[in-house]
Amino acid sequence: MTRANPAVPNLNAVEVHGLTRGSFMLRSACAIATVYGAGAIGPYVKHALAQDKAGDIDVLNFALTLELLESAFYARALKLQLSSAVREMAQTFGTHEREHVAAIKETIDGLGGKPDMAPGFAFPIRDERSFLALAQTLEETGVSAYNGAAGQIQSPEVLAAAGQIVQIEARHAAAIRTARSRAPAPLAFDKALEMEQVLQAAKPFLKT
Amino acid sequence: MQESRTNAPDPERAGAMEELARDPSSRKRFLRMVGGAGAASAFAVFLAACNDDDGGGGGNSGGGSGSSPDVASPAGVASNRETGGDPKEGTSDIEILNYALSLENLETSFYGKVIDSGLFRGSQLDLIKKFADNERQHRELLEATVEKLGGTPAAPVKTTFPLNSASGVLTLAATIENAGAAAYLGQANRIRDKEVLAAALSIHSVEARHAATLNGLIGLPPTPQGSFAAPLSMEEVLTSVQQFIDA
Repeated sequence: MTRANPAVPNLNAVEVHGLTRGSFMLRSACAIATVYGAGAIGPYVKHALAQDKAGDIDVLNFALTLELLESAFYARALKLQLSSAVREMAQTFGTHEREHVAAIKETIDGLGGKPDMAPGFAFPIRDERSFLALAQTLEETGVSAYNGAAGQIQSPEVLAAAGQIVQIEARHAAAIRTARSRAPAPLAFDKALEMEQVLQAAKPFLKT
Repeated sequence: MQESRTNAPDPERAGAMEELARDPSSRKRFLRMVGGAGAASAFAVFLAACNDDDGGGGGNSGGGSGSSPDVASPAGVASNRETGGDPKEGTSDIEILNYALSLENLETSFYGKVIDSGLFRGSQLDLIKKFADNERQHRELLEATVEKLGGTPAAPVKTTFPLNSASGVLTLAATIENAGAAAYLGQANRIRDKEVLAAALSIHSVEARHAATLNGLIGLPPTPQGSFAAPLSMEEVLTSVQQFIDA
């Protein structure tokens, strides 16, 4: 993984397709330089660290558990007989979740916290159909979990990182819904779930 | 499909931006579209950078400050952007909401024209109508939220989009939705009010769904940026959508 710090948006990797990018993006970047300058990082980091770190570590550990669950889920799915398109999706999405796990752990470490251990998981999936159905449920829960927890995040850096992750979960949810011939964006506004609701939803998949 | 980064100026877009820089009435419309001091300062910054540019031609545009900003390498600047100061400084929630509203107005107008174009039928038309309805609801919530905070909602502007073929429109739709998702992501940690943040996030992930779905229709992966979505700044987004705003 080349991304050392999940909270720093990797704009070098931005590839917006079609009309929006090009020479004007370079000019915009120039424009941004005049606002912030390249040397203004120090004060910002200090500010971020002065925030309430303990609460953010709790939220990050909550997110970590979800990402561990999703990561284990896609790894389990790859043991099933899947069509090549669905297998590729499980592989790609699984990679994303593993990278989310790594980034969140790193962020918790960086804040001086201790990343939670991975619990044991078990998933009731036996074929492509049951995999896709549960994948939709888990990704939707992930979107709502991040959307619900975001308001509790103190650090702007951690909030930015959570945003970078939740957008990927939403894209996963839409792709899985499409693969199941379901509407990709059934609601105009995605729901938010409280942490407690999310943990309840995850419970059936935790080995006791 | 994938446009590589290049230093070569794009004549068409360069033209639009030159006009914006030169023509006061065009500039007024631009500022009205986004409303507020945030847009004005974004534009001033843009002008300053543009006047220093030697690649786009016509560098004698009026209205610039004439200063020569100290321009760092674009890549380095871009990666420093979000860490370049307190992200909440400088822009109010009302300005951010009006910025989002302007984008939703643009998207609503776009989908309306796409539906009217007759280029789509069947399930693709249904999908486009559904997305259009999502955007309309986003617009209504944002307008109501701006009013609730005591602001004046940004008014829709006249737009023109190249609607020549179904495949071209889908590519444009994907571009707009990916930029829209990146736009919300770029503002998330600049919002002060928790309710405004919740509203913005509930829209952000829906724009992401639209983007992923449209990517699929044009043969792109749902997550072209990999594991972490990248944000776009207000300046980047406004610059890229300006070409669709009527002069």
